[in-house]
Amino acid sequence: MITKLNATSIMVLDKDEALDFYVNKVGLEKGQDIKQGSYRWLTVRVPDDPGTEISLEEPGPPVHDEATAAQLRELITKGALGGLVFQSDDVRGLYETLKARGVTDFTQEPADRFYGTDMGIRDPFGNAIRILQPKKVAHAAKA
Amino acid sequence: MSREVEDLNRRVLRARDAMDRAYAEPLDVRAVASVAHLSRAHFIRCFRAVFGETPHRYLQRRRVERSMFLLRETDRSVTDICFDVGFTSSGTFSRTFREIVGETPSDYRVEHEPMLPPTCLQMAAMRPVVAAGVAKRSSTFGIAAAAAAP
Repeated sequence: MITKLNATSIMVLDKDEALDFYVNKVGLEKGQDIKQGSYRWLTVRVPDDPGTEISLEEPGPPVHDEATAAQLRELITKGALGGLVFQSDDVRGLYETLKARGVTDFTQEPADRFYGTDMGIRDPFGNAIRILQPKKVAHAAKA
Repeated sequence: MSREVEDLNRRVLRARDAMDRAYAEPLDVRAVASVAHLSRAHFIRCFRAVFGETPHRYLQRRRVERSMFLLRETDRSVTDICFDVGFTSSGTFSRTFREIVGETPSDYRVEHEPMLPPTCLQMAAMRPVVAAGVAKRSSTFGIAAAAAAP
């Protein structure tokens, strides 16, 4: 039985710029930063939620040949690759914090849905990030 | 060369995001183009090259998708929904809806129930593709002529 998501990855154009955005703007914490030869395993993670690393990956050799890397960079900047969905206990508060930190690329301001409140931003490269505050369910109210 | 393409993609994506955010408001193509730091005509050409349709058609499909959502999920009148999603005339709304979805807003409402996927996924995945055989462009966003340029 699988018990936990251990690591996932997101394609970025520049690892250092991504690290700055995800840590200093979004508020994640830096995870592992290990250099092995020319490869740098660099991760961020949700604070107080150890065990799930988000690896920041750049298209390029040796994983991708240059033509493939160019295609991937195009897709990233078109917003055509997958993104990340986070959970927050205060989406509207976080929205104000992000604005104060200079984030301007909102795909959606906080909005109330039947399942909670959510908002959307893009990272500097074009990846979609959604942040959800699930609605509290009143279990006791069920008859 | 490729860095230029990536930078252009990112700027055109930012302008597309602006349309997704402000679809309910009156949108001027010049203002949307300025988000990408492009002239109106250049923006329309670039948008089409990057996303495969004109910004006008993209905005129409966004507005129609939101109207489909409101038709399914609310009891608001078709006319109210038309204005809610940014159309300024109910004639244009009905014509555009029928052209894209293939049926009238009222017929669509009768046949469809509320959906369960999160709204963000609905917005991304439920946006209608244009019904086959009626892919003609209209020009209420004022760009059809410019978009036709090579």
